[in-house]
Amino acid sequence: MRLQALIRKEFRQFRRDRRMVVMAVMAPIIQLTLLGYAADLDVQDLPVAVCDDDRSAESARLVAEIAHAGYFVVSAEATRSADLVALLDRGEAQLALHIPYGFQSRLRAGEATVQLLVDASDANTAGIGAGYLNGLIAEHGARVLARRVRSAPAERSGPEIDLRTRVLYNPTLESVYYMVPGVLGLVLLVITTNLTSLSVVKEREAGTLEQVMVTPLRPWELMLGKLVPFALVATADMATVMAVILLWFRVPMQGSYALLFAALFLFLLTCLGTGLLVSTVSRTQQQAQMTTFFIMLPSMLLSGFMYPIHNMPEWLQLTTYAIPLRYFLTVIRSVMLKGSGVGELWPELAALLAFAVLLVAAGAASFRKRLQ
Amino acid sequence: MSEPAVIAEGLVRRFGAFTAVDHLSFEIPRGRIFGFLGPNGSGKSTTIRMLCGLLLPTEGDARVCGASVRCEPERVRGQIGYMSQQFSLYPDLTVSENLEFYGGVYGITGPRLGRRQDELLDRLELGRERGRLAAELSTGVRQRLALACALIHEPPVLFLDEPTSGVDPGARRRFFELIQDLSAQGVTTLVTTHVMDEAEHCNRLLLIHRGRRVAEGSPAAVKALVPGRLMQVRAEPAMRAADVLEAAPEVLEVSLFGTALHVRLREDIPEPDAFVRTRLLAAGLEVGQIEAARPTLEHAFLALAADSEAEAPS
Repeated sequence: MRLQALIRKEFRQFRRDRRMVVMAVMAPIIQLTLLGYAADLDVQDLPVAVCDDDRSAESARLVAEIAHAGYFVVSAEATRSADLVALLDRGEAQLALHIPYGFQSRLRAGEATVQLLVDASDANTAGIGAGYLNGLIAEHGARVLARRVRSAPAERSGPEIDLRTRVLYNPTLESVYYMVPGVLGLVLLVITTNLTSLSVVKEREAGTLEQVMVTPLRPWELMLGKLVPFALVATADMATVMAVILLWFRVPMQGSYALLFAALFLFLLTCLGTGLLVSTVSRTQQQAQMTTFFIMLPSMLLSGFMYPIHNMPEWLQLTTYAIPLRYFLTVIRSVMLKGSGVGELWPELAALLAFAVLLVAAGAASFRKRLQ
Repeated sequence: MSEPAVIAEGLVRRFGAFTAVDHLSFEIPRGRIFGFLGPNGSGKSTTIRMLCGLLLPTEGDARVCGASVRCEPERVRGQIGYMSQQFSLYPDLTVSENLEFYGGVYGITGPRLGRRQDELLDRLELGRERGRLAAELSTGVRQRLALACALIHEPPVLFLDEPTSGVDPGARRRFFELIQDLSAQGVTTLVTTHVMDEAEHCNRLLLIHRGRRVAEGSPAAVKALVPGRLMQVRAEPAMRAADVLEAAPEVLEVSLFGTALHVRLREDIPEPDAFVRTRLLAAGLEVGQIEAARPTLEHAFLALAADSEAEAPS
C-alpha cells in the first residue's frame, strides 16, 4: 500500500533526525520534571520573617510553634511591620507574619487578626507554605480555645484567629495535582505541532515534496502520510506521560478513561491541524519552529495552564476562548480530579470537537492549496 | 504511426503580469530525445512543470501519453518519470531506502520492487553505494540516484529538468549515454539544458527565449539557421581586436572563444579572411591565424536569441 511506504519512510527519517527524537523523548521528561517537582516540592525550611508588635506570651507561643513545625525557619525578626515587605523584596523571607499589638487580648476575647504576606513569585512553594502556615495558625487558635474551654467552661464559643492572607506579585497558588495533568496537553501540543510542521517543511526544503507530487499519490494520502506517524509518536508520549502522572505523581483518577481518551483524541486532532497550518506558512524549518513557538506561548499563558483564567483582565479572558488547550485542560483536570462526566463537560468537549474539525479542515485545505 | 508521446498545444503560463511561457506548441515522437534549450529563466522549467501536472496552464493544453495535463493530471503522473534540477532525494535515507520509497509510492512492492531495485542499482552503478545516506553522496552519484528514482516504475516518458547541473563532464557524458540507451528501448525523453554540448545528444531541439519558441529542428538544422559566416580569429590583444571588429557594420557578432575570437560576418562579404585581417592590421594589432569555424549551438543560440529580442515588442 502506498500509504504504508509513506509511513515507513517517515519513521526512518524520524529515527535519523536527532532533533526530532530529542524533542519527542525529552519534552515529556523535562516538562514532567519541571512542573511536577516545582509544584510538588515539599515545603521545608521556608524562611519566614516575623514582626511581633504584641510581644505577649500568646504571640511568642505562636512564633515558637511556627519555628518548630518543621516547615519554616524564622529567618528575620522585624521591629517595624513596614520592614516586612523589604525583607520579602530582598528574598530574605518568602513569607512574612505580622502580629499586631493587642493580639493576645483579642485572641482571648475570641477574635484576633494577624497578617500574612506572601512572596508568590514561586507560586507553588508559596502557596503550599501559606497553606501550612494558615493551618498552623488556625490550629493555634483552636488550642487556645480548648484551653479556655477547660479553664472557663461557661465561656461562649471559641476564640478565632482571622488570618488575612494578602498575596503579592503573583496571585496564583496552584498545586501538583492541578499542574501535572496539564503536561499531557502541553506535550501533545509541542510534539505534534512541531514534528508535523517540521517534517513537511523539511520535504519542501529538499524538493522532495514536489517530487512526490508528480507521483500518483493523492493529496489526502500525502497528508495522512504526514499525520499518522506523528499521531503515533504523540500517542506513545501520551501513554508514557499518563503512566507517570498516575503511578509516580499519584494523581487520583476520579473520572472515566473513555472520556479522557476522547478529549485526548480531539486535542490531538487540533494539534495535527495546527501543525499542517504552520507548515503551509513556513518556508524553512526555522520559520516553522518560530511559528510554533508563537502559538505555544499564548497557549501556555492563556489556557489556564499556568495562570487561572478568572484572574485575568476581562478582555484577555475573552481571547482564551480561542485557545483549544484551554478546553482540554478543563476537561482533563475535571475528569481526573473531580470525576466530572459528559453532563458537566459537554460545552468544553463541543468546543474541542469544533476546533478539531475546523483546524484539521483548514490545515488540509491549505496543505492541498500549497501543493497546487 | 502511433500518436506522439508528448503533444503541447499553445501552452501559456502567466504569473501575474509576467508571461513565463508564451504559446508554446511542440510534439515529441515516441522514443525520441527532445532537447529544450534556453537561458535561465526562459520558461523551460515552467513548461516541464506544466507537462508533469505540477502547474496548471493558463491557456492551452498538453497531452502526455494521450492524457491531458489539464483534465487528467493524475493519469499523466503514472506515466512519467521526473527529475528536477535539485535531485530531490531524501538526504536522511539511504540509496536503497530512497528507491524503496519511490517504488512504494508507485505501488511497486515485494519481489518486483527488489528486482527493479537491483536492476537499477546495477545499471546506474549504484550497487556499492546502496547502504549510504543520500546526503553523503557526491553530486554525480546523487544525479544517478535521482534518475534511478525517476525510473523505478518504468515510465514511458521521462522529464529531466537540467539533470546535469553541477556534474563533471565525464559524468555528464555517461549520463547522456544512459539516456540514449533508454531511448533505444523506446523511452521518450524531454531534457532541458543551457549547455550546448549536451544538446548535441538530442534528436530534436527546441530553443526558447522569454517563453517563446526561437527555433526548432535537429541540432544540425538549428546550427544551419545561424546567419552569416563564422570565422575563428587569433589576434593580440584579443579584447582590442574584438572592439575593432564590433565597430564594423559588416560584423554581426563577436564573441570570445578561449583565447581566440569567434567573428560572425555578413554572408555577402566576398573574402572574409582578407576583410578581417585588413581591419585588424589597420588598427595596429598583431594578427595570427584566421580560419572558417563551424557554428556550435552556442552561436546558434546567441544569434537566434538576439534576433528574437529584436523582433519582440518590448
